[in-house]
Order: sequence, then structure tokens, then C-alpha cells
Amino acid sequence: MSRKFTQDHEWIDVSGDVGTVGITDYAQGQLGDITFVELPEVGSTVGKGDSVSVVDSVKAASDVYTPVSGEVLEVNEALGDAPETVNTDADGEGWLFKVKLSDPGELESLIDEAAYKSYVAEL
Amino acid sequence: MRYLPLTEADRTEMLGVIGAGSVNDLFCDVPDGLLLDGPIDGLPLHASEIAVERHMRRLAGKNIAASDAPFFCGAGAYRHHIPALVDHLIQRGEFLTAYTPYQPEIAQGTLQVLFEFQTQVARLFGTDIANASMYDGSTACWEAITMATRITRRDRALLSCGLHPHYAEVARTMARFTGDTIASGTPDLDASPGEDELIGEIDEETACVVVQYPDILGRIPDLARIAEAAQAKGALLIAVVTEPVALGLLEAPGNLGADIVVGEGQSMGVGLQFGGPYLGLFGCREKFVRQMPGRLCGQTVDASGKRGFVLTLSTREQHIRREKATSNICTNSGLCALAFSIHMTLLGGEGLARLARINHARAQAMVARLSSVTGVTCLNDAYFNEMTLLLPKSASQVIDALAEKGVLAGVPLTRLYPGVVELANAVLVTATELTEDEDVETFAAQLAEVLA
Amino acid sequence: MNAPNPSGWQPTMGDTQASSNDVMTSSGDRGLQLEEALIFEIGCKDKCGVDMDEPEPAPLDALGPFLRKAAPDLPGLTEPATVRHYSRLSRQNYGIDLGPFPLGSCTMKHNPRLNEKVARLPGFADVHPLQPVSTVPGALDVMNQLANWLIELTGMASVALSPKAGAHGELCGLLCIRAAHDAAGETRDVILVPESAHGTNPATAAFAGYKVESIPGTTDGRVDLAALKEKLGPHVAGVMITNPNTCGLFEPDMKAISDAVHAAGGYVYCDGANFNAIVGKVRPGDLGVDAMHINLHKTFSTPHGGGGPGSGPVVLSEALRPFAPLPLTVMDGDGAVRLVEEGNAAEFDCASAFGRMTAFHGQMGMFTRALTYILSHGAEGLQQVAEDAVLNANYVLRACDDLLDAPFGASGPCMHEALFSDTNLPDHFGTLDIAKGLIDEGFHPMTVYFPLVVKGAMLVEPTETESKAGLDRFIASLRHVAQRALDGDEALHAAPVLAPRRRLDETLAARKPVLVWQDEAG
Repeated sequence: MSRKFTQDHEWIDVSGDVGTVGITDYAQGQLGDITFVELPEVGSTVGKGDSVSVVDSVKAASDVYTPVSGEVLEVNEALGDAPETVNTDADGEGWLFKVKLSDPGELESLIDEAAYKSYVAEL
Repeated sequence: MRYLPLTEADRTEMLGVIGAGSVNDLFCDVPDGLLLDGPIDGLPLHASEIAVERHMRRLAGKNIAASDAPFFCGAGAYRHHIPALVDHLIQRGEFLTAYTPYQPEIAQGTLQVLFEFQTQVARLFGTDIANASMYDGSTACWEAITMATRITRRDRALLSCGLHPHYAEVARTMARFTGDTIASGTPDLDASPGEDELIGEIDEETACVVVQYPDILGRIPDLARIAEAAQAKGALLIAVVTEPVALGLLEAPGNLGADIVVGEGQSMGVGLQFGGPYLGLFGCREKFVRQMPGRLCGQTVDASGKRGFVLTLSTREQHIRREKATSNICTNSGLCALAFSIHMTLLGGEGLARLARINHARAQAMVARLSSVTGVTCLNDAYFNEMTLLLPKSASQVIDALAEKGVLAGVPLTRLYPGVVELANAVLVTATELTEDEDVETFAAQLAEVLA
Repeated sequence: MNAPNPSGWQPTMGDTQASSNDVMTSSGDRGLQLEEALIFEIGCKDKCGVDMDEPEPAPLDALGPFLRKAAPDLPGLTEPATVRHYSRLSRQNYGIDLGPFPLGSCTMKHNPRLNEKVARLPGFADVHPLQPVSTVPGALDVMNQLANWLIELTGMASVALSPKAGAHGELCGLLCIRAAHDAAGETRDVILVPESAHGTNPATAAFAGYKVESIPGTTDGRVDLAALKEKLGPHVAGVMITNPNTCGLFEPDMKAISDAVHAAGGYVYCDGANFNAIVGKVRPGDLGVDAMHINLHKTFSTPHGGGGPGSGPVVLSEALRPFAPLPLTVMDGDGAVRLVEEGNAAEFDCASAFGRMTAFHGQMGMFTRALTYILSHGAEGLQQVAEDAVLNANYVLRACDDLLDAPFGASGPCMHEALFSDTNLPDHFGTLDIAKGLIDEGFHPMTVYFPLVVKGAMLVEPTETESKAGLDRFIASLRHVAQRALDGDEALHAAPVLAPRRRLDETLAARKPVLVWQDEAG
């Protein structure tokens, strides 16, 4: 399944019933140097739209909303020592957390890459 | 008016540049009838420096200052010698009239002082880190409690009975609104600080145990024992130090297992001032840094590679985090932190230890002399510079009678615990390096008369 | 995510190659620009600048097993070394004493030295908060006189003096509102806050247990009254309004806002940070305000001290008066000033106080300074303060609005602060460059990136203690720096190059926090 996006600048890659979530390159550019990433607790249950993570830059703290509901399976521990990975590779190594989807139907309301790109172009 | 530099000519010229006819034109957004015509009725008009000074001197002259009388009050605010240099340095205009160091390139003076202060507090408290000050000990204590509830995700705070009642009341007041549960109580007149009872009340719902060291009656709790018991149940130990000079002789709470250490820094460099401004001290374990309240100053480098300092981890604070901030503090107690830091620098570690030995020695001499007055006993087995005396009659009446005789003899417990009859005959008495033998003699003689 | 980085501010180290000049010295000092090491690098534990006679060896067994093993590891310095250390550090600071400090919403006015002299009189400085009240009638007089002035100036019914600073005062006001609704048996869980509000407002409301709903602003920078009215209802406890607002503008609908909120059973909290614009000219009580904190360290000249201490007394309406926290001063039947604490609260009709916010009585040191300031100005002097503050800000606004975008400049005068935006600057130039360029010109910059509702905000508050000549110098420099940006002067990105430090790496400080000195040797 190809990557899906939200208009709040989150992306999600789904493989089977596990989704990997991160923020987009556009978002990291807006934030500037990222200094700290607060990640959800592994094992916790999250609902679509909940603020589950916070990305700190020097003078801002931005909430990250999960695009899907489910159970948090894994978080990107490497960001503890290297939060700057979200700046250098937001689309890949800078992933934030993985969720076991409880309702794959939620993916329908997300937008595809082309739609996200044209949305961002308008901002 | 001596502080207002604009002249009528200036004002006219400036109104011309602005394109307004009169200053009131600039207040055009104020609805009709709400803009005052003239000075508010009944309020005095301006007064010269001579007149204002005379007025204020008269008011000051109505008070009995600690330096005017044999003085033995404590209970969370202490009279110590402040070296002459401290007050001189804090009045340098670049310290006195500077703002919060948000433009660090032209605020390295303030920032380096804060970094030094944080280090001094952390070392004094035995904690990994410390912040750049809070308003005072009582609000630092409350902020520590809310921090503990955030970290443990529990909402019960257990306050030891030896915690200053104002501090406990602040915590209870705030808990009314946060929904946290505060378990607290009134101390018994017992030489033991009550560790057993306190430990017995720690449960799995407890976020933190708050213990004052030395406590309100001057007793010295066994922090290590309480720390172990708290941590066994997943609770944090918050130690509260209202007299930092004590740490010149007593082991630091951080080294005894306290997770968070808060305190009142007023004893060092700040002065009594009828209750404020004072200086909140806040230290904790490094792992809790992002949950800490208050400002933090951190070391970094500038574009030339030179070492410098900046306020950091600002995303915890209210002006950024808004609803999710870790605390309710914006302003700190910067100038008081500077005074504390200068005083500590003048003392050094050995000097602080010597100062503490002197305080303790003065207290021992005082206890010996006062206990020899018929009917007077000392509650404490252990104390630093403050202890509880038990009198044969109402302590507040005795204190008032002594005040009339020109002796400021201490703080009756009923001032702190109104209506608690069990404490009616007890008084807190403090000696410091400023306590002279003749002060103690006068106190003892007058006390004997009042009790006769 | 929610809007990433609403202020748009990002840290940059600027052009790290640029240097101020090529003169190298062996000491690292440059003329009168002096470097200074840390006390941990120059002091040691057994150096002491205080003479104390060692006491006769006295038994330490009264301290039981609690003795520490060794003296604390804290460096000491002699008195001469201490003077040098702190004097050299002070010279790396800018202060009001050196020049204009035009920080919007901070009211950095001259700090009169009479205040300092009076505060140090032993009868104020050397009295203990818990000595018998019969021994401190003059201290209670100061509190009472200050309270009366604040009540008269604001047209309110009473004042809670104990809050220790502005944010503490905001909390006090909201807790009075919460206590009032609790007492009436009403559960209201929402507070309305304009989107232009300072972050402490919603933070305080959330702490007090409320949900916060945002009220949009109009295109002319005011609260949208219609939008506010739509949000009112039985679940709304009240509104927090800053007036003059954070854009430096008076809210002309303030009375209408208050009337609407009251009609819906709510209360009006006013953030009094900008009181300097209206002191003696407008009374918040006349605008329907129920609670307003006053920053004594802003409007009433008590010194900022590098970040504190402040003082935030809260004036209250008749409706909220019963809930004011303890302690308070009141006049008794015989005209004497009494201190009301927990023990005598019932006697003085203060039994409904919501509790206590701090140990002891409040920032007495700030009360004496503020009262001294108030008496020095008097009623007509205070009115002059507001007039000159507003005049000075409008002068700066009109002297610069040809070069810098003033988002609300076309719709009328400002109050005590002028708001600019960086929208008309070329690409790659912004507010940060203007601010850092001003540092090289010898000024502390204005407030930047606040309020968030304006892009690249620059908020200039000269205050009334700035002379016209001082304003003209500041304006000339601001115009010069703005012109450099408009001309695309790339060197501006490296500013400041002349200050004791160049731009500091805030990213590093946040990623790898070093909060205490690390002894590399140890």
C-alpha cells in the first residue's frame, strides 16, 4: 500500500495491519532544528486524531496526531539521542511510532501523496 | 516631574509628527464617558523626593526591626549576616535593571550568574540539576508536588506533619483546583519527627512524600529511611529545606535519596523584608529534567566558538506550551538568586560549614540558658539552629508580653496552627551567628519575669 | 500536527565567518570588553571572603547521625575577587540604566533609586513576617496604603496583595472566579481566551481546571465581539481579556464584552500587563472587569532584576472580593490596619477566602518600592505616565511606518506599544535580523515574535521615561537597520558581531542540556 498523508502533516506506511507513522519533510522544515521528541508509551491504546507525540524545536512544541486508532507496538528509540534524525530524514529514519491498526477503514479518509503535495503547495 | 523627561515643546512637536491635535486624540478608542478628565478625586498629587522619603521613614520607624531588639524568630525566614558586598553588587544597574535574558548576546552577565547559581544549588542539595529559581519555598514545594503527580501519574501527595503549615496550606489550596489529594496533619509535640507514622501512610496511590529537613519544630527526620520506603512503593521523596545554612553541617537530601529537593534561599543574601521577595530553590534528578518547572540556563557556544549561556528547554514553559506547560511560573526571583549566589561565593564550602557550626553553637548556648528558666523545657533531642520550647503557659501571651518589653522572642506555634490547643504552650526559637550572649541573657531574664 | 511553529521563529547561527575586527589580544579581553571565567574555575572550597571566628569546639551530638562527612563542594572567593567577578559579569549585560529597553508588554521604565533607598530602611528590610503584629504597624500601613491606591486607580472593590508575580496573579484571579462559581453551586468548565493572548493565559486557565476555547480576532486586531457572544453559555465561567491588548490596541468593545459575559453568568478577568497605557486615564472597574492582576514590576517601576522578583497583586470586584486568598490587610472598626490570616479570617469576614497562595504575606519589598513610586508621581503624575507612554509609542509608530509594515497602523493610533511586522522585508530577511542588527547599534531589541497573530511581530514599548532625544536615537537606528534589510544587506545575517557574544547555539543547548558545571578533571 502506498504512503498516505494527513493535512496535519503526518504520513503513514501500512504493511499488513501495522502502520508506521512519521511527520513530513515539509513539517520538519517548518519546525526548524528539532531538539526533542516525546513518544507514546509502547502498549498504549490510541484513537485516531489523538495527540500522541510532541516534537520540540527550540521555541515551539508541536503535537503529532495519530492518523489511525490502535495499539502502539514500537517507538523509534534512536530519536532519544538523535532527535535531529527527524530533520535529516523525516520520511525514513525519522519515523516516530508503529501502530497495530484496530480499524483499517480509517485509512480511507487519508489523502495520497499527490493530494498532500498540492495541499502543501497552497499553504 | 523628575522621572518624566518630555517637555511641553517635545509633546507639541511629537503630536505634530503623529498628526494628532492632543494626547486625548490618541485615546480615541476609549468609549465616551470612560476617559477620565483629570486626576482621580481623593488621591494625593505628586510629592517631592524629600516628602516621600519623610512619609516612608515615618512608616518604617513605627516598626521594631530585628536589629533593634534581641531577636529569635525563625519558622521559615531567618536573620543572618549578609556581607556588605552583596547588597552593593546587586544594585549595579546592569544587574538591577536588566530583563529576563531572552537576548542572550547582551545578557551573558545574568546568564552566567544563573548557571553558577544552578550549580551551587545542585551541589548544596546533592541533586544532579537545579533550576534558575522559583518565587519562594512554598510555591517551589507545590510545583514539586505537581511534578511528582505528572511523573508517577498518581494524584495523592503525602505531606509530613513537620512541613511548614504555610507550605501545606498552599498545597491544599492548589489541590482544591487540580483535584489532587493531599494528606497532611498537625505535628505532635514529640521529640521524634514521626518517621514511622509517615512511612505507614505511604501506599500505591502515593505520588510523593514531602518531608521538611529540619522540620517545622526543628527536628531532623531520617530522610534515607523515608526515601527507601517511598521508593519501594513507587513514590518520589520531596525534601524541603527552609534553612539552607543547615546544609553546611547536615548531609544533603539528594545524597540521602531525595528525588526532588526544594527550599527557601532567603537565608543567603536576601534578608527578612517582612516576608518577600524570597527565593525558591528547586533541584532534582537529571532524568526528570523535562518535567521540571521554572527557567533553566544551559551552556552552549556562540558563532565564534566561545562558551556562552542561554535559557534552554523553553518548550516546557507557559508562553510556549500554553495549556500543557509544566508549571505556572514566568518571572523567577533573579535578583534574589544573584544575592544568594554572591553570598555563597563569598562563603565557599568551608565557610558555609563554619557558619553552620557557629549557628549550631549559638543555638546550643541558647537552649542551655533558656532551659534553666523555671518551667521551660526544650522539646528537641536534635536541632540545627531552631528548636521548640515548651512553656508552662500560653506561648502567644508570653511572646506578646516579651514584645512589649522589647524582645522579639520567637514564633508561638498557634500563630502557625491557629486554634490547635495542644500546641498552645509551644514556641519556635532560633539562634544564628548574629545572636549575642547578651541577647540571650536579656531574653532569659525577661522570660523568667513574664513566667513568674 | 497542530500548526508547526506558529511564530515562524527558527534559530540560526548566522554567518559564522564574519568577524567584528582583527585585533587579537593575549588575554582574550578587548579593551573594556572583559571576559570572565566561572567561579568553579577560579574559586576553591577553602577560600572565604567572610571573617568568622571559629566557635569553641562544641559537641555535635545534638545533630545525631545526620552530619555530613565533608564541607559542601562549593567554591569560595575573597572579597576583592568577588567584586571583580561580578562587576566584570555585570558589564556583559544591557539594562534600562544604559539605554532604551523597548520590550513590548514588559514596560521597562526607569527604576527610581529612591525606591531602593526606602526599601532598605531597617523598619522595612529587617522585620520578620511572623513577629508580633503589634511590632509592625508601619508595615501594615504600607500594605494598606498601596492597596488603597491600587483600588482607587482601578475603580475596583478590593485587592489581593499576596501573588508573587503576574502569572501567579492570573492564577489568583481565575481561582477567585472558580471559587465564586463553586460557592454558587454552579459548574462551569470553560474559559474563553482571545487567540492573541499571551501563553500564560490559557496555561493558567488549564491549571485552574478549565478547558480553554479560543476567540478569534477581527482584521483590525481586536476581539471579535460577535464571535465571543456566540460562545457564551451556562458552561462558560468567564473570559480572559488583555486590555490594551497584545497588539497594543485598546479594546473599544470592552464594556460590551463585560456586559455580555455577566449576562451569561460569567466573570471577566483582565490581564493587566499593559496597565501602563491607561493608568489614571481609564479605570478597569468602569469597564466591567471582575479581576485584574497588576505587575508592580511593570507599571509601578519595581526593578526587573534580570528576570525577577516580580509582584502581581490582583484587584477584585465586589462579586469576587469574598474569595480573595489570605493573607490580606483590612481596616478595622477603629481605623487600625489589621493583618488577616487563617486564625482571624472569620472575624474579618474573610472566611470564604479560597485559600493561601504563598507562605507569609507577599512581596513586601516590592510594595514599599511601588508605594514610593506612586507617592512620587501622585494622581496627576500617574496620569502623565500613561499619556507620555502612549505619546512615545505613537511617535515611534509614525516615525517608522514608512519603512516597516505596521499591520494596524492604518486603523488608528496605538496605545503604549507600537506593533510592526516583517512582511514587507525581502525574502531571507526577517524580524530576527532587525533585532540582532539593533544589538550592534547599541540597543536591546523590542519584543519579537509576539503576539503570534502577526507574522514576524516586533512590539516596541518605549515607556514614558524615554526622552524625545532618546527616542530619536532609537528611531534612527531602527530605521537604519530596517533599511539594511530592505537593501538586502547580507551582513545583517551575522549580527550581532559587536556584542560580548555572537549568536548562540540554542539548538545545541536544547539537544544536549548542560545545566550545571561539569568538572572535566574530576
